[in-house]
Parts: sequence; C-alpha cells; structure tokens
Amino acid sequence: MKKDGFWYRTFDLYYDGFRSMRLGRTLWAIILVKLFIMFAILKVFFFPNFLKEHAQGDEAGYVATELIERSE
Amino acid sequence: MLFSNLLLDIDAGTINWSRAQFALTAIYHWLFVPLTLGLAVIMGIIETKYYLSRDTFWRDAAKFWQKLFGVNFAMGVATGIILEFEFGTNWSNYSWFVGDIFGAPLAIEGIVAFFMESTFVAVMFFGWRKVSPGFHLASTWLTGLGATMSAWWILVANAWMQYPVGCEFNPDTMRNEMVDFLAVAFSPFAVGKFCHTVISAWIIGAVFVVGVCSWYLMKRREMRLATESLKIGAWVGLIASLGAAFTGHISGQQVAQVQPMKLAAMEALYNGGTEQGLTAIAWVNPFRQPDYETEEAPALKFDMPYALSVMATNDPKGYVPGINDILRGYTRPDGTAEPSVEQKMAMGRKAIASLAAYRQAKKDGSETRAASELAVLKDNIQYLGYGYIRDKAEVVPYVPINFWAFRLMVGLGCVFIAFFALMLILTYRIPYLSIIVRRLLATFGLLPETHADTSGVTGLPAWHYWLAIALIPLAYIASESGWLVAEFGRQPWTIQDMLPTWAAVSDLQSSSVMITFILFLLLFTTMLAVEISILLKQIAKGPEYEH
Repeated sequence: MKKDGFWYRTFDLYYDGFRSMRLGRTLWAIILVKLFIMFAILKVFFFPNFLKEHAQGDEAGYVATELIERSE
Repeated sequence: MLFSNLLLDIDAGTINWSRAQFALTAIYHWLFVPLTLGLAVIMGIIETKYYLSRDTFWRDAAKFWQKLFGVNFAMGVATGIILEFEFGTNWSNYSWFVGDIFGAPLAIEGIVAFFMESTFVAVMFFGWRKVSPGFHLASTWLTGLGATMSAWWILVANAWMQYPVGCEFNPDTMRNEMVDFLAVAFSPFAVGKFCHTVISAWIIGAVFVVGVCSWYLMKRREMRLATESLKIGAWVGLIASLGAAFTGHISGQQVAQVQPMKLAAMEALYNGGTEQGLTAIAWVNPFRQPDYETEEAPALKFDMPYALSVMATNDPKGYVPGINDILRGYTRPDGTAEPSVEQKMAMGRKAIASLAAYRQAKKDGSETRAASELAVLKDNIQYLGYGYIRDKAEVVPYVPINFWAFRLMVGLGCVFIAFFALMLILTYRIPYLSIIVRRLLATFGLLPETHADTSGVTGLPAWHYWLAIALIPLAYIASESGWLVAEFGRQPWTIQDMLPTWAAVSDLQSSSVMITFILFLLLFTTMLAVEISILLKQIAKGPEYEH
C-alpha cells in the first residue's frame, strides 16, 4: 500500500490516533459501557417493540382499535 | 374480537410515569447537547485565530477546549437514542400514528449528520500532525456544523408535533403520511425553534468558557489562555444572548399564532383582550392550577403595558386571547371565528366516529359508505384529538410551571445580556462607558477604587469571576426552562390538536415504566457525575503547551 495514498493516510490517522490516546481511552471505555447497558440490557429487557409484540402483524388494526375505543 | 385483551381504560400512572420518563431522558440529554453546540463555536473561533496567526498559543488553546468538548461529546453521545426506545415501547400508538413524518427527519439525522460529525471529530482529535492546518480547521468547523445539523432534524421532528404540517392522515394505515417534505423540513415553527434553541446553546458554551477562565484568573494561572478565551467567550455570549432575545420574540409570535393556549399559560392570562401587558411579575401559586374561571388575573400582577400585544402581534393594540377566551371560542382580528373547545370536542368525536365507520365500511366492502365517511373524517380531522377530551379543563396546561419557567428563562436571559455586556465594557476598558460603569460599581461598593481588579489583566472585580462560575448552572437552568415551557405548554397534546397523551401512550403496567424511570435516573446521574468529575480534572490539569 502506498504510504502517501488516501487509504493508507486514512488508516494511519485512525490507527495512530487510537494508539496514542490517553484521556480518549477512558472516554471510549465509558462509551462502550454505556452502549452495552443501552443496547444489551435496556433495549433487550426493558424496551421491546410494543406493537410487534401485541399487534400480531396487524399494527394498523391494533392502533385503530386502540384509538377508536379509547375515545369511548 | 382480535384485540380483546386491550385494557382500554389506561392507568393514569402509566401516562404520568411515561411522561416523567420521557421528560427525564430529554432533560438529561439536553445537559450534554448545548455544551457541544456552544463549545464547537468557541473552539472554531480559537482555531481560526491559530490558522490566521500561526501563533502556537492559539493551537494549544484550541486543543484545550477541544479536549473539554471531547469529554462532553463522549458523555452525551447516544443518550438521545433512549428517547427512540421510549417511543417504541411507551408511546407505540403515537409512534405508529406519526408514521414517516417522524421517521424521515430522524433517519436523515442519523445518516447524514451523525456520520459527518463522527468523521470530522476523528480528524479534529487525531489529525493535528496528519492533515494541513486548513483541512484541520475545516474539520473543526464541520464537527460543529454536523452537531448543529443533527439538532436541525431533531427540532424539525419536535416542531412538527407542535405544528403538524405537510402531512395527510391515512385511515387505512392509521398513519400520517408526508405529502410535502419541504413544508415539514422548513416549517416556520421548525426554523424559529432551531434558531432559538441553537443560539441559546451558544450561550451555554460561552458561559462555560467564561466560567472556566474566571476560575483560572482567580487562581492566577493560565493567564493568557484565560484572558483571551474569556474575551472570545464574552463576545459569543453577548451576541448569542441578544440573538436568543430576538429569536425568542419570533418564537413567541409563532406560539401566539398556532398554540395560543401555551402563550396564555406562559402569561397566566386568564382573560385576554386588546392592548395586553406582559406580566413582569405576579403571584401564581407554583403548587396548584389557578382558578382561571373565576379569577380575573393573578394576584400582585405587575405588567409592562402593551408588551404582550407587541410580542404576540407586533401591534400594541393587538388582540391576545386568554385561557377562558380559548375555552369559550373567540373572533380573531381578521374576523374569522376560533371554535370553542366544546365545538372542537364535538368535531373530534365526529372524526373518530367516522374513522370507525370508514374502517368498518372497508371491512364490509361498502366503497360508497366508506367514501362518505372519509369525507366526514377529512372535514373534522383537524380536531381529531378533541374527541378524547372529556372535560374542557383537560386542554389547559399546568399554568404554574409554564408561568415560572418562562420567567426564569427570560429573567436569566436578561442577566446574561447584562453580564456579558459588563464584562466586555470592563475588559476592553471602552472609553467613557467603562468609566461610568466603574463609578457606578464603586458607588455600590462593588468595585474598590484603589484596587480595581484581582488579576490586573481583565479589569474585572473579583465578584465578577465568582458570578461567572455561578452562572454555569444557571445557564443550564435557563435552557431547560425553555424546554419546560415548550413541552408543558402544549399539554395535553403529543401532536397538537390531534393526539393527547392518554391516546398516544402504550397499554403498559405503570410499575414497569416506573422501574425503567429509576434505572434511567441512576444511569444518567452516574454519567453526569462521571462527566463533571472528568471535566473538573481536565480543567484543574489545564492546557498542555507544545514548544
């Protein structure tokens, strides 16, 4: 790969940047822990897709029933 | 019946916990966003000074503010995604009902702005020795532009809820479908909201920078960085504070036109009329909804004559409706009639009945009946949400929060204008003005005449530094108050006049929403504590000078 080529320079920017991080390592660790909590715990166990679980494939029908009958 | 397991009487706890959870998430999310937007402007200006002068001091100063920007950016990134989780779980009827109106701006935000932001963030942090100064400077500004573009699309989605335009309701899919993308993306409400919100975020960036610099000046360290950054922060702060006042006026006029009930709640205006004054101060009990039906006006009301009429209509004699006028119906200045809430409730019920009849007719295969019901639905769809209202008092938002939050926001906005103006006058020792201000301050014992300042560099008295630090939390309070007005003021509507909260919410157990509320409270509070701790450590450490 040419060292003055666009792809090498882009790779080098990220590689060298990540390698020489100091405070950035802590920040990335926090970001990864946060994303894990959000997507692997909160989303999976506490935030299911409500309509997908309850509408049995007929989301429009489910919402129509809800919106019509809640007015009564 | 297919959905016979529906709990059609939604638990009030489910609605309240879902609202509280959404508010909590949005409030915490908004602690991170404005500092990102504000710091982006200041670090962009500082790096521009480096690009123009090639003085390495400016490069080191830019790196320091970029480091603090990075801490805040890392803490705030993805906190907004939780709001989307909540849409899908807690607000499923709403999510379905808004359809692609909401999906399109959020998708654009995710794809364009986020990728743009994250690409240039990498160049900004990693590229100091890898790319040319010009490309690096462009990346720094584009990082800020990317964050600002993200805000644009989010605010487009929010503005649509407050002022739904460019859409058509499809009773077959039960979704609002976008018919005019430009009307949604460039709705005047979205433009006004964007300008006011982003400019107010710049105030937070400015207050933060000025506060940090003031701390250094008190400690007599990082003197050049503190003095130069303080001046830039003060300029940005003054321009942004004046800009926020101007855009706030435009936002106020838009609210007067499309959400008059919000304006009446903000002003505790029970009975409107022409030549209305803007309430400077009045006693509105913060803990209970006022008796607006019988009270003429709040107690101890002191107002600025004509100012509310000017704010709402640009005319000192302009008509501004109060809460009771809106409930009873009124005639607009152009002679058209605004229906009473009871009339709107009747139209809303008609809309829902025709929606049910239309869907039944389609199921029965009766196209003629479906067409006639569809016509009735279209005639009344504007007030669909009023079909869920059982008592007209339900359309009156909680007045005390709107009233006090509005006053807090505007009052602190005035403090920021005065604070930054004073700072610039004294720092630049502006002829005549600085002498007048100094004599005034000395008269009140706020400026010792013999020992004019603590640092000898900025010409500012010591208390000004303390005030600058104290203003950091107050800037956040002002900004969050603005959101409280925007969101509490449109209650009970998730979509203005179309869908109240109790129709929008999912049929969940309130206890499950309460558990996730507590989880979020713990998660966000931890994140905030971690951010503040890292920020304080980095500020104490100070900039790293490369020789």
